[in-house]
Amino acid sequence: MTSAIRELLAAGPEANIDEWMKGRSFPLVEGKNATLVWRGDADEVRLRHFIFGLETSQPLARIEGTNLWYLEVEIPPRSRVEYKLEVRRGDKNEWIRDPLNPHRAHDPFGANSVLQGAGYEIPVWTRPDPKARAGLLEPFSIHSEAFGEARTGHLYLPPRFRKTRQYPLLVIHDGSDYMRFAGMKTVLDNLIERLEIPALVAVFIDSPDRLREYADDERHARFVTEELSPRLAKRLPLLDTPKGRCLMGASFGGVAALSTAVRYPNYWGRLLLQSGSFAFTDIGHQNHRGPLFNPVVRFMNAFREDPKAISERVFVSCGVYESLIYENRSLVPLLDETGMQVRFVEARDGHNWENWRDRSREGLSWLFPGPLLMIYE
Amino acid sequence: MATPAPRPRDVVLLGAQRFDSTLGSVVRGLECDGPIALITAGWRDREDEDEELRNHLACKTVNLRLYHRSDEVNARDGDLAKAHRAKQTTLRHKQDFYRIRLEHELAANHVIRQRRAPAEVLMEEEGASVAAIRALDAYHLTQCERVHQEFEQAEGLYERPVIKEHREQIAEALAGCNAVAIAGGHVAALLNRMRLFGIRELLTDQRVFAWSGGGMVVSERIVLFHDSPPQGPGASEVLGSGLGLVPGVVVLPHPRTRLRLDDPGRVGLLARRFDPAQCLAFPEGAHVTFHEGALVRPSAITRLCPDGSCTLLEEQPS
Repeated sequence: MTSAIRELLAAGPEANIDEWMKGRSFPLVEGKNATLVWRGDADEVRLRHFIFGLETSQPLARIEGTNLWYLEVEIPPRSRVEYKLEVRRGDKNEWIRDPLNPHRAHDPFGANSVLQGAGYEIPVWTRPDPKARAGLLEPFSIHSEAFGEARTGHLYLPPRFRKTRQYPLLVIHDGSDYMRFAGMKTVLDNLIERLEIPALVAVFIDSPDRLREYADDERHARFVTEELSPRLAKRLPLLDTPKGRCLMGASFGGVAALSTAVRYPNYWGRLLLQSGSFAFTDIGHQNHRGPLFNPVVRFMNAFREDPKAISERVFVSCGVYESLIYENRSLVPLLDETGMQVRFVEARDGHNWENWRDRSREGLSWLFPGPLLMIYE
Repeated sequence: MATPAPRPRDVVLLGAQRFDSTLGSVVRGLECDGPIALITAGWRDREDEDEELRNHLACKTVNLRLYHRSDEVNARDGDLAKAHRAKQTTLRHKQDFYRIRLEHELAANHVIRQRRAPAEVLMEEEGASVAAIRALDAYHLTQCERVHQEFEQAEGLYERPVIKEHREQIAEALAGCNAVAIAGGHVAALLNRMRLFGIRELLTDQRVFAWSGGGMVVSERIVLFHDSPPQGPGASEVLGSGLGLVPGVVVLPHPRTRLRLDDPGRVGLLARRFDPAQCLAFPEGAHVTFHEGALVRPSAITRLCPDGSCTLLEEQPS
């Protein structure tokens, strides 16, 4: 229990809650202990979180004679946990963000509150740096024969782009989400400025039907490899080697990246797979995750049956608080056995964009080491 | 070059100039009003984008265009270009093998420092470990220098028509200048171009102003460093000999982002590796003049000390 809440409980009904709250930041975090606090009138308040392995709903206790509710939780150091509070008044139920917590994380569904464990800090390289030169972002649209329709996205040209140089190509699945929720444009600008990755061309691609097209869809692999990449290479000075081409994706985007590389072995020399939805079964093809995962399961089962080296370097990351940690941990030794260089990083985080943002530096700088040892401007 | 040319009388080293340009005031402080020869080869194919620098200096300047000249040399003298590429490949291999051995020596030093043992035993063994690192650094420096010299001699570098032609043009340009300003950037690209055209031997009585990577290249020994890289432990490594225009210093620009000056273990080890040369950190705005080899008027420069501390550099007693 955190000492602050212990102090409040010890004071009993006479406690001056306004005074107690003054100057404190919430949730209270002391070492491995955290106390969530909510103040207001309600019949029930519950913590709703997304940590795999823990009860997803836990009740806050009300301090007798007050309208202050609290819940003690364990929060390992450097953890990030996204959550909401469920407030019930009569038969009305509402999920809200914690009004006392200033930390928010956004995603395509809205925003969550973030409980930051002791020692967690938002990495400085994820924040806009006024000293960093900015790359250029421009929308693009190309007609895809594979899909029989246009595909759109954004093209990132690095700061000080020159046609006389050759650049690696980074293809980012769910590109708009990576930009909006993981700040990828800022991350690329900063990592290039810091010389931690080389100047590179990135293409942020989107899919109108990602759960289908990213789930080992032959059309997607063909689009990315036979249409997008060659057309970009015609227009831009791109390195024409596998090590100069990277596929990046999270969740189903990770499946899209891996399955595309499997369909086009040794074309994509770099893979950055974040919390990939690598569902598989050891017997049969029915996965507990539902029918959307069936093509993924078929693909993963086949890959697991006969894993082959399809790239040169593969960076895999996953949060330990997400259910996919099992699948990702299982995948790594298989990739490793093929002879590919594999690096696996686990984080005390969940299946969310800020986890993927926070791991991007380690992944990108390992896949594309920058010239920081050689350049002193 | 068989005999090293004498050092220029005044060499000024400065911190990075991008966000805090002090070069102009330092140049004017030495009553140098140009013309100034610019060396921006460290910027590689952006070599010609020197407008900001020229505006800042606000005097007549001439860019020696060493990067573009080397491109022309490669285009005109295919044999030399081939030999140069082979030399660079050898150097890359050498650097790679040096790095492999260095990582083991540094790891051994780290383990020794963590051990508990009687103080005198620990001191002796840790000292032996540092000596091994120093020996490796020295070996690598010698190896790199040998590769460079063998290339220069085997190819008769300075007798080749295209090199002679460019050197004559450079010498002529330098003759009309009373100072040379050397910008940072890619240190290997810069060093290679300056060596290719034998710039040191072409300097007469010009003052030299060099900042960031430019400062590293004009020192005696180029040390690549970063204490907090995104991958690996951040092992500093010797790249090779510099032009040796300033004696006895290891130039370390960008200390705010590249050095952990609050880590006595790292500071002390770096200082001891290159002792008696002084490891000097040059933050933005810092500068020091080497007048006839002696260090004068240091400003805002931090010296890394063998005991792990950092001190503000003071003028050397004459």
